[in-house]
Amino acid sequence: MAKIFIDDKPYEVDGSKNMLETSLSLGLNLPYFCWHPAMHSVGACRQCAIIKYKDADDKKGKLVMACMEPVADNLHISIEAPEAHAFRTGNIEALMTNHPHDCPVCDEGGECHLQDMTVMTGHNQRRYCYNKRTHNNQYLGPFVNHEMNRCIQCYRCVRFYKDYAGGKDLDVFASHNDVYFGRQEEGVLESEFSGNLVEVCPTGVFTDKTLKKHYTRKWDLTNAPSVCHQCSLGCNIITSERYGTIRRVLSRYNGDVNGYFLCDRGRFGYEYVNSKNRIITPAKLLNGSFAAITSSDAVQEIKAIINTENTIIGIGSPKASLESNFLLRQLVGAKNFYAGVPANEGKLIKQVIGILNNGKVKTPSLNEAKAYDAVFILGEDVTNTAPMLALALRQAAKNEPNEVAQALKIPDWNDAATREAVQGRTGPFFVATAHDSKLDDIATQTYHARPDQIAFLGNAVAGNINKQLAFVAADTEIEKLSLSISAALLAAKKPLIIAGTSLYNEAIVHAAANIAYALKDQGKDAGLIYILPEANSIGSVMLADQYLEDAYQQAGPDEAKSIFILENDLYQRMDKKNTYDFLQYFKNVITLDYLENDTTRNSTVILPAGTFAEADGTVINNEGRAQRFYQVHVPENDVRSSWKWLTELTADNNNSTAIHLDEVIDSLVTAIPALRAIQSVAPSAGFREDTQKIPRSPQRYSGRTAMHAAENVSEPRPPADPDSALSYTMEGYVGIPPPALTPFYWSPGWNSVQAINKYQIEVGGELHGGNPGKRLFEPAENSKADYFKTIPAAFSQKEGEWLVLPLYHIFGSDELSAQSPAVAERVPQPYIALNNPDALKAGIEEGAIVELVLNGQKKWLPVKLNIGLPKGAAGLPKGLQETAGILFPFFTTLKIAGND
Amino acid sequence: MEKPLTQHIKNDGTWLTLKEYEKTGGYSALKKALKMKPAEITQTVKDSGLKGRGGAGFSTGMKWSTVDICDNSATPRYIIANADEMEPGSFKDRFLLEGNPHQLIEGIIIGAYAIQANFSYVFLRWAYHLAGKALTQSIQEAYDAGYLGKNIAGSGFNLEMSLHISVGRYMCGEETALLNALEGKRANPRAKPPYPSNSGLFGKPTIVNNVESLSNVPHIINNGADWFLKLSKTGEGGTKLYGASGKVKKPGLWELPLGISLRELLEDHAGGMADGYKFKGVLPGGGSTDFLLEEHLDVAMDYASVAKAGSRLGTGTIIVLDDKTCPVGMVHNLERFFAQESCGWCTPCREGLPWTAKILAALENGSGKTEDLNILEFHTHYMAPGNTFCALAPGAMEPLQSALKYFKADFELHIHEHKCPWNS
Amino acid sequence: MYYQMWTAKILFMTEKILTSGDITEIEKVFQHFPVRSAACIEGLKIIQKNHRWVSDDAVKELAELLEMSPAAIDSVATYYNLIFRRPVGRHVILVCDSVSCWIMGYEKILAHLKERLKIGYGETTAEDRFTLLSVCCLGTCDHAPAIMINEDLHRDLTTDKLDAILETYK
Repeated sequence: MAKIFIDDKPYEVDGSKNMLETSLSLGLNLPYFCWHPAMHSVGACRQCAIIKYKDADDKKGKLVMACMEPVADNLHISIEAPEAHAFRTGNIEALMTNHPHDCPVCDEGGECHLQDMTVMTGHNQRRYCYNKRTHNNQYLGPFVNHEMNRCIQCYRCVRFYKDYAGGKDLDVFASHNDVYFGRQEEGVLESEFSGNLVEVCPTGVFTDKTLKKHYTRKWDLTNAPSVCHQCSLGCNIITSERYGTIRRVLSRYNGDVNGYFLCDRGRFGYEYVNSKNRIITPAKLLNGSFAAITSSDAVQEIKAIINTENTIIGIGSPKASLESNFLLRQLVGAKNFYAGVPANEGKLIKQVIGILNNGKVKTPSLNEAKAYDAVFILGEDVTNTAPMLALALRQAAKNEPNEVAQALKIPDWNDAATREAVQGRTGPFFVATAHDSKLDDIATQTYHARPDQIAFLGNAVAGNINKQLAFVAADTEIEKLSLSISAALLAAKKPLIIAGTSLYNEAIVHAAANIAYALKDQGKDAGLIYILPEANSIGSVMLADQYLEDAYQQAGPDEAKSIFILENDLYQRMDKKNTYDFLQYFKNVITLDYLENDTTRNSTVILPAGTFAEADGTVINNEGRAQRFYQVHVPENDVRSSWKWLTELTADNNNSTAIHLDEVIDSLVTAIPALRAIQSVAPSAGFREDTQKIPRSPQRYSGRTAMHAAENVSEPRPPADPDSALSYTMEGYVGIPPPALTPFYWSPGWNSVQAINKYQIEVGGELHGGNPGKRLFEPAENSKADYFKTIPAAFSQKEGEWLVLPLYHIFGSDELSAQSPAVAERVPQPYIALNNPDALKAGIEEGAIVELVLNGQKKWLPVKLNIGLPKGAAGLPKGLQETAGILFPFFTTLKIAGND
Repeated sequence: MEKPLTQHIKNDGTWLTLKEYEKTGGYSALKKALKMKPAEITQTVKDSGLKGRGGAGFSTGMKWSTVDICDNSATPRYIIANADEMEPGSFKDRFLLEGNPHQLIEGIIIGAYAIQANFSYVFLRWAYHLAGKALTQSIQEAYDAGYLGKNIAGSGFNLEMSLHISVGRYMCGEETALLNALEGKRANPRAKPPYPSNSGLFGKPTIVNNVESLSNVPHIINNGADWFLKLSKTGEGGTKLYGASGKVKKPGLWELPLGISLRELLEDHAGGMADGYKFKGVLPGGGSTDFLLEEHLDVAMDYASVAKAGSRLGTGTIIVLDDKTCPVGMVHNLERFFAQESCGWCTPCREGLPWTAKILAALENGSGKTEDLNILEFHTHYMAPGNTFCALAPGAMEPLQSALKYFKADFELHIHEHKCPWNS
Repeated sequence: MYYQMWTAKILFMTEKILTSGDITEIEKVFQHFPVRSAACIEGLKIIQKNHRWVSDDAVKELAELLEMSPAAIDSVATYYNLIFRRPVGRHVILVCDSVSCWIMGYEKILAHLKERLKIGYGETTAEDRFTLLSVCCLGTCDHAPAIMINEDLHRDLTTDKLDAILETYK
């Protein structure tokens, strides 16, 4: 702690920080550009100037930059001194000499940090009367738009893209007032985190290209606090809507999960919500085609089916909320409810839940992962299966080398000096995957091998750490590697083990736990993170003990006659033919889904489900954090939360009062006490801030009276929201709402995302009211967890056969986001990847077409080489239409197309 | 008058070979130094009063003493000779590099020994091709003679020396930007602290010294601190290479006791103004210093006296403004130079300098307004020392702020007459 | 069929800019630096020395050699004014336009060159003979005005000396 004086007022503050973050944390308004809470200080823009005095008697002082000024005991500074004000105003004037002042046509206008800082300093007169420098813009891909004339050269973009996110293709060029930020040549930005440029850029240089297609000003958007459904990490997002379509997704700050950032799949993958393939009205199969029916007719129809048929089975979904899955289970009965995933996936997720539950080793949050100083990844291409975790791991890799900077007494917020002292070194980082992965570029050592070999390596490492485990290295390569990995993990302060379900390999999941347990038993502060497939994998598997194969066995002439499928396209998960046959057996196939797919096309009754943007609910991420997401608008059609449909279907005919979210949650936690925590994830619907609801729209939201005037001149009543403390208006509480209910960021004078500063206790840290979400699994001191000692069966592969593994693509392997136009542009064309040695032996070259049998059909695919697959292995991209329904791993033969 | 730096320079376009240098007593200082303790050497250089001859004027010995040379401190350490002379109006280091490269090399080796550095560089600007040839040959000669490499002169001290030739940009002359250029990066400067002596080249302890500073070191070691102090006229120590350019009778370079008067330099050595020209003003130390006028001609050309007179000694090469040259045009030329050479990192320099250049251009072509003088004045405060990331912009403001002070009437003439009175 | 495909591939491979000699020269420089990326400027200098300028393809090939991205290489290359990212003529004329040369009349020298060569700054004469560029203080101010052509310094210039000087550069 240190005692400092700001404009003669004393404050007790953290002695390790700089004066800018300190002032902002105290709620004082000091302008800045190049500083960022995640990227810290470089002192370039000169906007945060303050006056620093030698002591209490010094009346003159000198100008210094707050972001580069360390807090020190008895420091006297002034923010309000006229010289400081004049300088800061002059600095804005300097930036304005080249700025195009095109606010009226700039997408950033209304949430622009440059606008805010200009108003804050009071600069409002142009004295500069000469030409402005201009630039050509570049095509940067379908996500990010480029408008260089607006650049104020704060360097934040390249610092984020290169230094924080490890990107290589965005940089700064030229010099003096001609500096240019872009690619070396036009082209799609390669980093999976490029979308963060639109929030990191304080002006309109980098803006959201998908928003541009249906541009709306920030003040005209209706927003909701939500959770990304595109992977298992559960990053917090803000969804924004106008005129019934989702306009954009923004990062919602959660100091424990995603912090300030999102990956591109989460940010730009929302457009499927606006797709013309949306199911928007209930439908019934009549004479071979679907006819729209009213919702009450649909509900009657389905209730009739439920009441008359013998049994109805229900298939849940790892994409659907806990509430939806639970109500379906209530509807069909627990013994008829199936987790909507294949057994190999479901059982593995169950094992992970068990490991998390027994709490021997802590599973850190995404944010906490950044603090670990040695990392060992087993069997996961993290950049594609859990992108934001890859971003966190890049920060973790900086911890050990940063000790050099600490030894030189360089404060950790002095970004440039820290990186200079570190010289690009990265800490102990070991990657054992089935092929080359993007994190290899920061790896100390990589090991590309088959899943069973990866598990062997993991167990060998565990065996080195805990000598009582009788794990013997399978070969000399594994032995050597395992020794260096175990040494590094033991030498680290906080070693982190990462594994997951991506390769569908139980031995890998076990081996990761073994290593973590062994480290814990040696007294290390170890962490263990499992990457799971989907947003609510944990939630859906906690509610069921049987999987799709079990359900498929139910299909038969004497078995269940009806099936209810929740938000699940079975053709994506199981063999096409088997799925077709399965669905054929049922007299009634009821699907509750959002987009037309093969399952809905093969059903008899369809109900329109709300996507994450049109539904409320709770999902549990891979860390075991339950988080609530809220709908952003009430669709004008029949789309609504799946659980809402299910409450209507489970309600008695006499009972006409609607059941709301809180009641559903109440019955959920009563039925499943293990999920008790989800009740406190967010305030209940009855919560009020001083008698007022939390408005989804900013105060200045305009057009409400005119929006539907063409249809009806009377102003419509805003829809009610009985399920949450949020309202669908701009009227209500103005202030900082509880973090789980924060729909947008705004504070007087702070219209941009920088307003997040006002929502945090200390800038860059925890939110007022706590970071949202409740963890279900915590480490238990007296955990009795056992090591997984079973040695897996020996691997055998027939001559001439290839072991086909799944290859994950951030754009393409997620079913829903791949149907969003911008993301669809980045989805690769189908291919089959082969390992180089075997391809060479078989005379197969890059680009050659090979034939193989998938889903019972012959398929021809081009070959991709040079991705580091091990001998005997091949890879198919998971989740593309061509590879839907394939259960990995499997063996196959290949032949060169045309060769018979 | 003793001229230790230049007395042996042949002035025929060739440089002293190693043998020739040794005949003048060269490398005897090195041998003497290697028998001293490193801390002793640093103390001697400190006591001599030697100030950085690159323009900053910071005590060289003091700079060396900031490097921690105890056994468990960070290694490797580096010493670098800043031969990136690009200050407008400066041409003194060229003379030393083209004339007596071994003198510099010996100074570097002694300096390296004092800070216990085992790697050294000469960072040479591209344009000095002859110097490049001279240094390449001389460094090889030094290696061959055992003055570089392992176990120098049997002392057990090792030093590698590399010549690095730059690819342009004035910014490289700033020591932290120079470090970035050596690291193969864009030559943006670094914030201090940390200082290069803690985290310099590749994050290791580094000292950067000017060519003229290092060239003095062998003489200081051989003859002692007192001798060096007595060489100067006003007690700051040593001689100085003074130069003069502009419309004087004899533009040139002279080694003189530090502290001779401006008048002596201008009239006795540079021969006074060329025929038909009258003295109007002078930048005493290169393009980034404040103007001095006739009233200052008796100021001693040493660091403290020139500072007291409101300017900077800088490189000690004066640029003379005559009465037939437009002061506004001169400042315009300078500000255009600085605007062009800005690295583009910090706002005031990057945006402010081009604005001042544009205003000066407008004044020169007759479209200047009265408001312009206020804006120029504003910029001299906006880019004051400490307000910008490095010293380039504050240096750029020195000729401007002094021109506004001393030649205000000339600026106003441009505005009222809607033309440059000198150019019509 | 396999053999035919392979030879077809060789014919289709694009011509590389960096010769094996360039690569050897650049690799020799690696030993002076603790990391490959530090050899970036040296690499650019070598390419320019051997090819007269640094093309986009050269940037990409240097990037591969140094295990850096093309953007990182070009970020450095475009910062320095003496790395030419556009083709230049056989002889590069650098005209000093700093203050001492300005006082001593460089503008007359520049005007004469422009008129004689019929090009302006940044342009190259027909048949790629001369490129005209400005440069900042050459450090020979007591012999102003001065220019450099290639590695040669020409000073104490007057307009009558220029034509003879230009003649010596074919």
